[in-house]
Amino acid sequence: MSRIIGPIARLAALGLLLALVLKPEWFVPVLKPFTENNAPVIYNQGSLLSLTLYHLGLVAIASLIGTALALVMGVFVTRKAGAEFLPLSRSLVNIGQTFPPVAVLALAVPVVGFGVKPTLIALVLYGLLPIFENTITGLKEVPENVVEAARGMGLDPTQQLFRVELPLALPVILAGIRLSVVINMGTATIGSTVAAKGLGEVIIAGLLTSNTSFILQGGIIVALLAVLIYDGLAILERRVAKRTGRLAEVAG
Amino acid sequence: MTEATETTTPATALTTRLDRVGIVVAVIAVLGMDWQPFATLKPNRLISGQGLSLAASLPTLWAAIGVGVLSIATIVAVLRTGALLRLATGIASLLLLAVLIGIVPATVVPPGNAYARVSPAAGFWLMAFAFAVLTTDAVAKLRLGPLARLAMLAGAVVTVAILLGSGHWDGLSILKEYATNAQKFWREGAKHVELALGSLAAALVIGLPLGVACHRNATLRGITLPILNIIQTVPSMAMYGLMIVPLGLLAAWSPLAASLGIRGIGTAPALIALFLYSLLPVVANTVVGLGEVRRSVVEAAEGMGMTRHQRLFQVELPLALPVILTGIRIVLVQNIGLVTIAALIGGGGFGTFVFQGIGQAATDLVLLGAVPTIALAFTAAVLLDAAIELSERRRL
Repeated sequence: MSRIIGPIARLAALGLLLALVLKPEWFVPVLKPFTENNAPVIYNQGSLLSLTLYHLGLVAIASLIGTALALVMGVFVTRKAGAEFLPLSRSLVNIGQTFPPVAVLALAVPVVGFGVKPTLIALVLYGLLPIFENTITGLKEVPENVVEAARGMGLDPTQQLFRVELPLALPVILAGIRLSVVINMGTATIGSTVAAKGLGEVIIAGLLTSNTSFILQGGIIVALLAVLIYDGLAILERRVAKRTGRLAEVAG
Repeated sequence: MTEATETTTPATALTTRLDRVGIVVAVIAVLGMDWQPFATLKPNRLISGQGLSLAASLPTLWAAIGVGVLSIATIVAVLRTGALLRLATGIASLLLLAVLIGIVPATVVPPGNAYARVSPAAGFWLMAFAFAVLTTDAVAKLRLGPLARLAMLAGAVVTVAILLGSGHWDGLSILKEYATNAQKFWREGAKHVELALGSLAAALVIGLPLGVACHRNATLRGITLPILNIIQTVPSMAMYGLMIVPLGLLAAWSPLAASLGIRGIGTAPALIALFLYSLLPVVANTVVGLGEVRRSVVEAAEGMGMTRHQRLFQVELPLALPVILTGIRIVLVQNIGLVTIAALIGGGGFGTFVFQGIGQAATDLVLLGAVPTIALAFTAAVLLDAAIELSERRRL
């Protein structure tokens, strides 16, 4: 059952998303009842396509920077040279995740001003926490005997890391990246309150002018994007996990 | 036997006596002390101000005490010292910084000037961060138990209460902002806690039975968990926005709903959105917790003649408690943060100050909303972490 429902639901969601972004005028009859006093039905302060691309671009850049930083830090604290930082890193990640994303965003404004900068800072800082946490967990979970075997085969520490440890930790790291991307999608939306360009603009414009049609357009586009990206990354993760599972069997 | 062949050069002797975390702490602390201003003095609430060094913002005696003690603390951090000494040093430094910043307004603001604003600047924050890292590292290395951590939290709360109650910080800009918003602050604060706890309570009432049902019925589990997962993925601003529509329609069509105060904007959509977000951690963790209860334990309970009902309440749920509590921790910390965004749809809470502050470009007002939110989330995390550990111990 779910084998049929899954792909159909995915296609439907993707189709709805594309239609909402590319052909918003198709939805005028549906959205018309949600406006009052002849207010515009379709968001008219910018193209929905460019806002969507901008939003995705911001999340992609922040997630790439966050992933790179988190991977380097995660590898460092699980090596001998960085072992002293391991207990501290775990605590800081825990404490950092109790900070609400909106607080990180709001506190970055006085430091760097309004616009895309505070949003990018909040996205990178907040987004790297789950990846860092999962990199540590993933690398620590690699069985000791597998690493021993790699050493026995004559791999140097760098080769051990890139050919054995990181590939085995990849599914856990990917789960962290997925969580991070979803959090970033949400924080980027809130970024519109500090004047970063993005889809949050549409929702905020709707709230400010009591135009429910704008709220619906912005809300549905953001929600569909987040759910589809989450779903896509989850599928990728399962594929990698399957491959890694075989790898672990061979290695173990 | 590699140790025997290694020669001890002066360089290795030095590095073995230095603490690597301590070096990072020291670099940040020194940057904060010497390179960045300690406090900012602004002519009024909105104009950007002028940075003051530690020496320029305090009376000579206090500045000397500050530089002296914090320098010694930095040295303690750099050297390889015992974790207890490091903990005491970290706490003492943080306390000293808290006292020092309170002395600044009386020193730099001419008497009678009610408009000038004094706030901590980058130097203060860097030093506070450095010594907070030192404290956190020591706590992590000491592996303090749940009760010790609770005692530390209580100590921190009492200290902050004394500093606030005594009026020591009254000259700081965030407290001036509080003074003009005092009534609203407590009203929004109560609203914030109410929304976070209310949605958690609702999620427990629905989520726990749903979790038990999902544990017993694989089909229900296969439908429920993916749906809750999708809900959890929807960004909060979109969720709050989308809640406005059905509730607005409900209020328009049903006079009863409208008379109960249900409207498109306000508390009702905020509460429902938070409730929906809370369901996944509660249901999923209940399922995982019950799934981890060993088959043999359940069979033993059956053998003792327990009914299904007794087994659930006397054996399975108590054993699953730590995992369920972990779900509650996730929900509570997450909700305290998410309530902030509810202010955008008129839901109230500390977010009101954050967004008002952003709108007016008034940093102090942003802080008045953000600082208590962070403090609440942090307190909730420490309390529930301790509860989780205590429940795990009891289970053993």
